[in-house]
Amino acid sequence: MESGAVDTTASRSRASVAIRAENVWKVYGSGEAEVTALRGVDLELARGEFTAIMGPSGSGKSTLMHCLAGLDVVTRGEIVLGRTTVTGLRDKGLTRLRRDHIGFIFQQFNLVPTLTAEENIRLPMTIAGRKPEPAWMAEVIATVGLRERLRHRPHQLSGGQQQRVACARALVPRPEVIFADEPTGNLDSRAGAEVLRLLRKSARELGQTIVMVTHDPVAAAYADRVVFLADGSIVTELREPSAEAVLDTMKLLDAVEG
Amino acid sequence: MLRATLKNLLFRKLRLLLSGLAVVLGVTFVSGSFVLTDTLGRSFDDLYALQYRTVDVQIRPAPPKSTTEDDDEIRTGVPADLVTRVRSMSGVAAATGVISVDGARVIGSNGKVVTTNGPSRLGSNWIGENDLVRLRAGRAPADGDEVVLNAALLDAAGVEVGDRVGILTMQPKRTFTVVGVMEYAGGRDSLGGNLEVSFHESVAARLMLGRDEVYSAVDVEPAAGFAPGAVRDDVRAALGSEFRVQTGAELQATARKDAQSDLQLFNGILLAFAAVSLLVGIFLILNTFSILVAQRTRELALLRALGGSRGQVIGSVVLEAIVIGVTAAAVGLGLGVGAGTLLAWLFSTRGGTGLELAGVGVPSAAPIAAFGVGVLVSMVAAVSPALRASRIPVIAALQEAATPDRSLAKITVAGTAVAALGATILAVGYSRDGQPWFAGAGAVAAFIGLLLLTPALARPAVSRIGRVFSFGAAGQLGRLNSARDPRRTAITATTLMVGIALITGMNTVLASINASVRDRVTDTMMADLIVAGDTSLADDPPTFDPAVLERIRSLPGVAAVAGTYQSQAQIEGNPASIAVVTDIPALAHMRSIKTTEGTLADLGTDRVAVDERTARERSLHAGSIVTVKLAYGDARHLTVAAVYTGGEGVAPWLMPKSVVKDLAVPQLSGVDLTVTGVVPFEDVRRDVETLLRDSPEITVTDRDGYIKRQTSQYDLVVTMSQILLALAVLIAVLGVINTLALSVLERTRELGLLRVIGLSRGQTMRMVTVEAVIISVFGAMLGTVSGTGLGAAAVRTLEASGITTVAVPWSRITLYLSLGAAAGVIAAVLPAARAARTNALDAISYE
Ligand SMILES: Nc1ncnc2c1ncn2[C@@H]1O[C@H](COP(=O)(O)OP(=O)(O)O)[C@@H](O)[C@H]1O
Ligand SMILES: [Mg+2]
Repeated sequence: MESGAVDTTASRSRASVAIRAENVWKVYGSGEAEVTALRGVDLELARGEFTAIMGPSGSGKSTLMHCLAGLDVVTRGEIVLGRTTVTGLRDKGLTRLRRDHIGFIFQQFNLVPTLTAEENIRLPMTIAGRKPEPAWMAEVIATVGLRERLRHRPHQLSGGQQQRVACARALVPRPEVIFADEPTGNLDSRAGAEVLRLLRKSARELGQTIVMVTHDPVAAAYADRVVFLADGSIVTELREPSAEAVLDTMKLLDAVEG
Repeated sequence: MLRATLKNLLFRKLRLLLSGLAVVLGVTFVSGSFVLTDTLGRSFDDLYALQYRTVDVQIRPAPPKSTTEDDDEIRTGVPADLVTRVRSMSGVAAATGVISVDGARVIGSNGKVVTTNGPSRLGSNWIGENDLVRLRAGRAPADGDEVVLNAALLDAAGVEVGDRVGILTMQPKRTFTVVGVMEYAGGRDSLGGNLEVSFHESVAARLMLGRDEVYSAVDVEPAAGFAPGAVRDDVRAALGSEFRVQTGAELQATARKDAQSDLQLFNGILLAFAAVSLLVGIFLILNTFSILVAQRTRELALLRALGGSRGQVIGSVVLEAIVIGVTAAAVGLGLGVGAGTLLAWLFSTRGGTGLELAGVGVPSAAPIAAFGVGVLVSMVAAVSPALRASRIPVIAALQEAATPDRSLAKITVAGTAVAALGATILAVGYSRDGQPWFAGAGAVAAFIGLLLLTPALARPAVSRIGRVFSFGAAGQLGRLNSARDPRRTAITATTLMVGIALITGMNTVLASINASVRDRVTDTMMADLIVAGDTSLADDPPTFDPAVLERIRSLPGVAAVAGTYQSQAQIEGNPASIAVVTDIPALAHMRSIKTTEGTLADLGTDRVAVDERTARERSLHAGSIVTVKLAYGDARHLTVAAVYTGGEGVAPWLMPKSVVKDLAVPQLSGVDLTVTGVVPFEDVRRDVETLLRDSPEITVTDRDGYIKRQTSQYDLVVTMSQILLALAVLIAVLGVINTLALSVLERTRELGLLRVIGLSRGQTMRMVTVEAVIISVFGAMLGTVSGTGLGAAAVRTLEASGITTVAVPWSRITLYLSLGAAAGVIAAVLPAARAARTNALDAISYE
């Protein structure tokens, strides 16, 4: 089953690969306290695709995402993002990589409380000392539907609106990849659905590569592709999944684990 | 999770340490000053015990009736025939005439006059070795050409036995041969740092007292079986009120009392420094506890939810404050004992005092004050946060920990009210004269009002100041952060404000005094060159040979000259400064003397002139008769010929030339001159300086130099204000570090987020630094503005003393603002480094 997943990705065209992980291991701690969070993960994500990483709690989803995004260092293996080899970069290189090639959306605490929605959206560009293209900026804002809220500060926005601001912030610099870690984990289902639709739209209409970590089958069903992780390894994947199919696979995994 | 908790605890300790540090500093000052003054006090006691141990009974001229202190004593002497008279009295074994007078200035091997930082430069008559004085090397002076120096002086002058040295006394410079070195009991080089020249008996009186056949005192040794007290009473009865007769024990007690009161003043200054740092310490602790309480809202609410009473919540906060206070006091006490000892040691070895230190002791006042102050200060600071903690609603335990913006309305209203009240009192204080304390109270109230208004001012002010510093995204973020919590920003800024306000106030007063003196001198001083000693208004100014006057007069390029003899007299029984002027019309022109009554042209032999203020005080008019007693000679009855105003730096009494011979020092103390302009100014100055080569204490200055000399008495205040500045900035740096450390800790998540979306380490550090600089500059601005206001208020109360110009010390203010910014940069170093190390992953882990 593991090798099957690798075969599937390997068969896809290399030219359109946004991010590639090869034999990635991640070990936390040492001795008694040693935890192997990732065990030889191989993964390729196509450009413009919306991928969900699914798996039971503790299966290593977050760890994988952190490693892919250069937030955490891998114990072994290689990660290449676009044309950059992430593994081996030092703080300066990683900072630049995050600034120029990666966007992030987290579960919460996504926004800087002192800045307005618009300032938050511009922040990565401001930090990099660049100006967003006005047309693109307008398009993104229209897509996330926040035109009326640009002057508001985070505490004046609902959770769903805050996540949409975070999406816009991730989209505006046109990063190679956007990583989203449980972006709807803190939202009610209605607000969550809005954010997920927005992510799907960003991938389909704006061509944005998106990697989303979730444990919610309904959320995963919005993705083009779902990669299943169990105990630090990729066990299987689904394409154009329905929520039911994801749920069934999850149950299967739980049963295997249990 | 455990690691995070540990980290947090460690960080909290650091925070408590930082806030305690200001208290430590204050307590160090308090206990250090007690230890220092106690040690010095006991050292002086030992010194005087030694110094007076050879004296049983001493006769000295009586001081003027109206004064009890020796300070105002006219330098006069005990006639020599008195010694023989006393010697023949029953109960007296021996009577020795001694001379020991300040004012023997030795010119060192470097050509400069040897000076001290306070101790006297005694000139004495050599009366042989005794219990106190011994020859260490060489021999006694055999004639008027030979002297013995004490070991300290020999060293300070850089001369050796056999060398020739120039010595300035009441007489112009004379050269002597050093034939011996003397030391004191216990092999001491000096008694309390005093330098001493012992002259031969035949010349000592003339040199040190200005005439022959006098002594400064007579030491009386009782015959066997006679108590000093009894002999004193006998001698006193025999000599009458013209002399003061005291036992050695009494003299020792008087000297002790004088030394103690000097030390009290010193102690007071140190305690004032302590008060400043403790005041700021209160703000620091207040800030720390406010933040701690805010952070622990949930924890405290949980405590309440579980049944904890309000009292328990208050107790837990106050207890923490007491622990800080006690710890800080203990540390401060230790440091204070160390610092006090060190200062006493420096005072004795480096201070040019040569005081032999008694053992170091810790007076009980030190620990009492240390712990009292430490605990009190931290408790005062903790009260408001504790009360706030007790008001946290139980429901807060269940809510997000976000602390809502507390309204600033109450504090702003209170601040406005207090400031308005202060302004009103100030206005009232000015309107009725003679009530400077009223104005002072108003100024202080207005200042407190401003303190209360700082939170309301913080947001708008900080965002404006921020514009200057907020280039780039990092600067922008830092600027926004500084405006985030106006209370916190305000309290932090206040730590700097208090200190800077004090210094700016002091400097405003000084600048105003300077400006006023400059204005006055520019208007009234017409002399082109002023020849005088360095301290122009002192009671015993340095003097020089009157023959110099005529030589100056005949220099090419000199238009007019007026010489002045400055001295002290008793007028109607009160001590008064007097002057004898060689050419009154010339001086009247050069120092803008205007006659308001009578005529001033010539005082003849029995007329005097008095300045208007003194005349008013004593109800004198042209024609009044006054009784004048000079250092020597009988009382004279002189007629007031004129009353004058103006007279820049001129004594309030002008005497006729006939009194010169009866002055303590019949020597010129100053010459004013104007130039013709034909000869270059600098040439004239050089020629005059050449004529005064033998009087190294006399300087020749132009008007600018004169102004400088007039204001040089404030140099000590300037030094003190610099120490105060250093202290204030140091404490403020602690305050800013404290606040930033807390903020960085609170914003771990946010910092992580910023790092994740691409903020570099450098940018992170810049962001924190900008925040620190903005807060510090805000504090410095508040300080300079309020300090200028306080200073101006103080200046207005000085109007009566002729300080009429209010000057703003712009260059100082600029300096303080830049120092504020620098303090911010320094304070930011640690928190910024810490912020830059924030792990990006911390921002996004929710477990
Ligand atoms: N910083 C860490 N130190 C030690 N163990 C960790 C750390 N982060 C994650 N782990 C462990 O690695 C495994 C994978 O964690 P994670 O990637 O967070 O799983 P998921 O996101 O799928 O719930 C878990 O067993 C977790 O306990
Ligand atoms: Mg996770």
